[in-house]
Amino acid sequence: MIELRSLTKNFEDKKVLRGINSVFEGGKCNLIIGRSGSGKTVLMKCIVGLLTPTTGNVFYDERDFCVMTKRERTLLRREMGMIFQSAALFDSLTVLENVMFPLDMFSDQSYKERTRRAKYCLERVGLLDALSKSPGEISGGMQKRVAIARAIALEPKYLFCDEPNSGLDPKTSLVIDELIYSITQETGTTTIMNTHDMNSVLGIGDHILYLHEGEKEWEGTKDEVLGSTNERLSDFIFASDFLKKVKAAGAKS
Amino acid sequence: MFILTFLRTLGRYLQLMGRTFSRPERWRMFLRSYLQEMAQLGVDSIGIVLLISFFIGAVICIQIKLNIQSAWMPLWVSGYVTREIMLLEFSSSIMCLILAGKVGSNIASELGTMRTSQQIDALEIMGVNSASYLILPKIAGLVTMIPLLVIFSTVSGFIGAYATAYVAHIITPSDLTAGLQHDFTQWFFWMGVIKSLFFAFIISSVSAFFGYTVEGGSVEVGKASTNAVVSSSMLILFSDLFLTQLLS
Repeated sequence: MIELRSLTKNFEDKKVLRGINSVFEGGKCNLIIGRSGSGKTVLMKCIVGLLTPTTGNVFYDERDFCVMTKRERTLLRREMGMIFQSAALFDSLTVLENVMFPLDMFSDQSYKERTRRAKYCLERVGLLDALSKSPGEISGGMQKRVAIARAIALEPKYLFCDEPNSGLDPKTSLVIDELIYSITQETGTTTIMNTHDMNSVLGIGDHILYLHEGEKEWEGTKDEVLGSTNERLSDFIFASDFLKKVKAAGAKS
Repeated sequence: MFILTFLRTLGRYLQLMGRTFSRPERWRMFLRSYLQEMAQLGVDSIGIVLLISFFIGAVICIQIKLNIQSAWMPLWVSGYVTREIMLLEFSSSIMCLILAGKVGSNIASELGTMRTSQQIDALEIMGVNSASYLILPKIAGLVTMIPLLVIFSTVSGFIGAYATAYVAHIITPSDLTAGLQHDFTQWFFWMGVIKSLFFAFIISSVSAFFGYTVEGGSVEVGKASTNAVVSSSMLILFSDLFLTQLLS
């Protein structure tokens, strides 16, 4: 479980996050949604420690990340996995080496065991046939899947996904969503995902946090989101004509 | 304002070096990267070092023979001057200036691209000390390889000088040999090696600093690469002045 308490982040005079409070539970897909510039990425970076919050705290299972020593943070980070928007695979390594990297770095297993684990993770994301390819040789969707395999290699307690569907076609986006969802369910990971993708919101949003101009505007589940009376949320969710028609059809029936 | 910017940059550089010179998390991974960097930064530079040194050695020999040597000077002076220039300045300082261009831009652009494509963030999230993991093998690799490059450069310069003797017949091989052997001071060789170690550290650490601290996109990576080459070249020139005075 990850808990945010009164989290704020300022860049000089600009207030980007304003007193965010929320609880992200384990075994659930927690989605952070909002328009571009609403503070989603900054919030994610504050949670994982790439940015230091101006005020407030981030608790990882009651452990306050903001007051930890460097050593404690390093140890906690080994419980995290992250999937970046750009996949952030290491160019100089092959697909297998990318997935083996966290194992090589932190696991005391033998080479054979590490390889077996990496291959299992790649099998889990359906990429066992791309072991020896370099990241530049595979598609964007495959890169995201490799990033997922790398993120789960050390069996993290906390999984962070920064817009994992961006730049992908709807079909591939669904595959990525399903993967993240099933991994979360199987391992009980606390998953936090930044997204713009409405399919993700309606498909895997166990818990949804809607940000507007750095503030928490709405919080709920995927079942509550369609019936919400929050105007800003409705504007955001039903921004496309297609979804407006779906909503209208739903209202008629 | 300039002083403040300089001090701020120096402080950030020292902080980064503080993070860089920490014990590697996995010696196995460090050794693998160290060997890779030795190959990428050192072995891959041998070709250009040999080529440039060969021609410079030949040109120095020709210039001294045709323009400086007179009836008042001994016949071995061309070989002697070629040896002293190669040992004292060219193979250490000028070669490192050339390497600052090749190796420095390589390091800065590689780390800059890793920064902009979030690969460094990915390392940090995993709990890896990215500065130590990425920069330390580069510094260690280049510092290890530079004495070899200095030796190759010197030898290649001498071969170039011999080419003017054997191929162009500008000087007799015996006069050249006599000059190369005349009044040899072994310390000059070590001076070149010691200077090159400092220059290797400057090239690798300064370029790594500019690459690692890139903010923005591809334009900034290009700027960082240029800044890395310019700054490390300037620092090499300044430190050459002090080191030459100190070691002579």
